[in-house]
Amino acid sequence: MYPQVLFQNRRPDRIATLEEYRTSGGYEALANVLKNFSYKDVRTVVLDALLLGRGGAAFPAGRKVMTVADDAPFPRYVVCNADEMEPGTFKDRVLIHADPHMLIEGMIIEGYSARAEKGIIFIRPEYESAARILDREVEKARVAGYLGDNILGSGYTFDIVVHRSGGRYICGEVTAQINALQGKRPNPKQPPPYATEKGLWQQPTVVHNVETLACIPHIMRNGAEWFQNLALTDTGSGTKIFCVSGKVNRPGCYELPMGIRLSEIIETHAGGMRDGAQFKACLPGGASTAFLTPEFYDIEMDFETLKKAGHRLGTGAIMVFDHKTCLVEATLNLTEFFARESCGWCTPCREGFPYLRDLLWRIEHGQGQEEYISTIMQMCHHLWNAYCAFAPGGVAPIESLLTYFKDEVYAHIREKKCPFKNSE
Amino acid sequence: MLPEELKASLNKEISLSEHPRELVVDVMFALQDHYGFLSDEALEEASVLLGMTPLEMEELATFYTFIFREPVGKYVIHVCDSVICWMDGFDSIRDYLSQKLGIKMGETTPDGLFTLLPVCCIGYCDRSPAILINRKVYGPLTPEKLDIILEELRTEAG
Repeated sequence: MYPQVLFQNRRPDRIATLEEYRTSGGYEALANVLKNFSYKDVRTVVLDALLLGRGGAAFPAGRKVMTVADDAPFPRYVVCNADEMEPGTFKDRVLIHADPHMLIEGMIIEGYSARAEKGIIFIRPEYESAARILDREVEKARVAGYLGDNILGSGYTFDIVVHRSGGRYICGEVTAQINALQGKRPNPKQPPPYATEKGLWQQPTVVHNVETLACIPHIMRNGAEWFQNLALTDTGSGTKIFCVSGKVNRPGCYELPMGIRLSEIIETHAGGMRDGAQFKACLPGGASTAFLTPEFYDIEMDFETLKKAGHRLGTGAIMVFDHKTCLVEATLNLTEFFARESCGWCTPCREGFPYLRDLLWRIEHGQGQEEYISTIMQMCHHLWNAYCAFAPGGVAPIESLLTYFKDEVYAHIREKKCPFKNSE
Repeated sequence: MLPEELKASLNKEISLSEHPRELVVDVMFALQDHYGFLSDEALEEASVLLGMTPLEMEELATFYTFIFREPVGKYVIHVCDSVICWMDGFDSIRDYLSQKLGIKMGETTPDGLFTLLPVCCIGYCDRSPAILINRKVYGPLTPEKLDIILEELRTEAG
């Protein structure tokens, strides 16, 4: 059993109460920070902890807040991105349902370090139950004196509101989320200016993922070195919540050290492959990452090792495919997702994904031709020129399908049918 | 027409906000809950409440998955069709619902009780195949479980 940090109070049937969170040391970090740390000290500790953004982009959290200039205007904002819409990802939902005050404390400390006065939790409508939990627990934190004016007598003022989204994948993208929060159509916007300079209402805004924020109280309580040492690899830091789904016996969320081997996650923690299923591939971090083939089965799961191998850890949502699953059809499904969820703002993305979906559909349904392969590759290449990171993420599974499973694609074209379907 | 009470409570909330536009999704949800969907009338009322043009409101209303510009049933069933639910047989759940309710995806039952819609990954991949009914999750599903759920909803609706 590895140390449970973020899931220390996780129970199978209910959320941890404020009292339980406090008993486990909750809000001690906040009290200590407000008493003994300057905002700059907090930034330094978080930077030294090598906390990388857990929403998928892996940007150093400490460096992000440091881009809020000392003389930047007020008010400033901290936004918690709870819009978790990356297919296969459900860690933030589980985390909020397990221990909501960890997130609240993390936001207050991050607010202090950014010298912000308002925190906003942006949450997807599918997570209405989590939104209600947060509404309720934020109020409890307010009553307990952790939010509002003059927190714990420190003179620091900070409050949190929960903002419900109308539901679209692109709202998870930082600049689109800021547009959404302002009641504008959530199109992404190309920086500069960056959100930390001119974000929400043109004011400095620091946006972090739920899991990233939940790490902060633990870092402030136990130190940067302790956090680094939680990882099994030198390049990693902290724990990671992996959400495992697909052809495994025990799909679910597992908090494990960063750098743990993929094989151990699947075999030991997710209960191994389902009966009769053999590991064929997995997407390591949501739909915007490339397929990991059996040659990577023992890879150490941290941002750096995957990057070195030409892959991305993304959100840590491990979706496992077995030998009976057609990866052309799986990729078709993923491409359908991106075609539907494209915000439509820029032409490459809006037109490219339906086109790619159509070509993949034809291949899957026995109408494919060999020249489609080069067309698909060319189209994926065009999508790298789209306006935001949505499209390069969305073509990752397609490109890796053509890299690692070319034979399977050709078999569809040659046999004029899907080889995984019995008789059609 | 919006009841005075609802209008007053929305106006109060709007007047307390430094940036009323940030409430646009909340306002659309409130009006949608009242009318059953965001009708043309509701859309105009929402834009008046927030000092936006109907066009600005339309731009948002048509963007979001959970804002309905057409009439929907009392229970909106969103069937997740993303990759994990696909792998775990979402199509059999979709087909069973279609057959049982006698409607295709995108349609509403003649009694106005149920609407069937597809939806992208709802973040319940540990409970696949999963669906949402009025934003509440159900899963992992089988035809038997669906029978029970539909029966309960029919009883609830009277």
